[in-house]
Amino acid sequence: MNYIFIFLILISFICAIFNHSLDVMINDMLKASQRAVEISFGLIGIMAFWLGMVNIAKSSGLMELFSKIIKKPLLIIFPDLKDNDEAFSNVALNISANALGLQNAATPFGIKAMESMQEKNPDKNIATNSMCTFLAINTAGFQIVPAVVIAILSASGMKNPSVIILPTLIVTTIAFLSALFFSKILERYFK
Amino acid sequence: MIKFLNTLSILILPLIISIILIHALINKKPAYEDFTTGAKEGFFVAVKIIPYLVAIMVLTAALRSSGALEILQNFLKPVFDFFKIPIETSLIMFTRSFSGSATLGVLADIINNCGVDSYAAKLAAVITGSSETTFYVASVYFGAVGIKKFRHALLSGILADIIGLIAAIIICPIFF
Repeated sequence: MNYIFIFLILISFICAIFNHSLDVMINDMLKASQRAVEISFGLIGIMAFWLGMVNIAKSSGLMELFSKIIKKPLLIIFPDLKDNDEAFSNVALNISANALGLQNAATPFGIKAMESMQEKNPDKNIATNSMCTFLAINTAGFQIVPAVVIAILSASGMKNPSVIILPTLIVTTIAFLSALFFSKILERYFK
Repeated sequence: MIKFLNTLSILILPLIISIILIHALINKKPAYEDFTTGAKEGFFVAVKIIPYLVAIMVLTAALRSSGALEILQNFLKPVFDFFKIPIETSLIMFTRSFSGSATLGVLADIINNCGVDSYAAKLAAVITGSSETTFYVASVYFGAVGIKKFRHALLSGILADIIGLIAAIIICPIFF
């Protein structure tokens, strides 16, 4: 990331010299930095509202309830976790927390799940099938409400930012299912 | 059709909020206190992304004003035009698998340049909202337990990213 950052800015300077637009470029860069802070501050309200809501869901036990509901279908996805209840519960809680958009809460569950899968892993260097499936579905980022994106749209003055919820939900579900599909197919070819 | 789908979209949030509140009521939980406790985090989430947003938005501004981005986009333009995808979204398709904060910065940049109600901004929003940074997740979870051979995990994640991207390109015109 460090080299990419330096390289891209230097390339831009060189291009700007050729296009005689160095003054415009510097102005735009300064304006962009200001805009970035304006947008960030615009996020505070919606993020506070949403994180407040999901915290109610977390402490009232709705998150646990959700994780119990998804346990049955999850057992089909993770057959080797049948005897590893700790890993299995943490996988379910991680997916539930992610679905609600509680990324900060989801990561510790995910790491705990990985740790208990690692305990049963015969070769500690090589990921098991369940580990790979769990990682793949996590990278699909399944989320019911994309709160940060809605906040950015709203901070930029969009009247109805919640119109993106349904298309985003459909796309993220497709990505989730294809991550599952690919990890199940590919696990036979990667030993 | 579009109107119906948009109404459905708008109903999701009130529905979830109602479920959360009714569930708290049934379980006799202090909803107001829990709300304010959670809401405190909102400030820090917003402040935490400032440095990343500044870095990426300054960078994309430099790339755009200098004409460097245009050179890059001219290569991709025929392909994007053929599929009727706005060329402005090319950068975000690239960043989404590598960096979440960079993707947010590029999204803010697209909104800033094309307008928040433009099709490019909406497509970029769906692309951002529907994905998690594949490489970051892999390094956090596998790094935490010392896995060295990732086997097919990354490939599955990247293939799913590509499918998600194609899905976004197909589905967004139906909605917007």
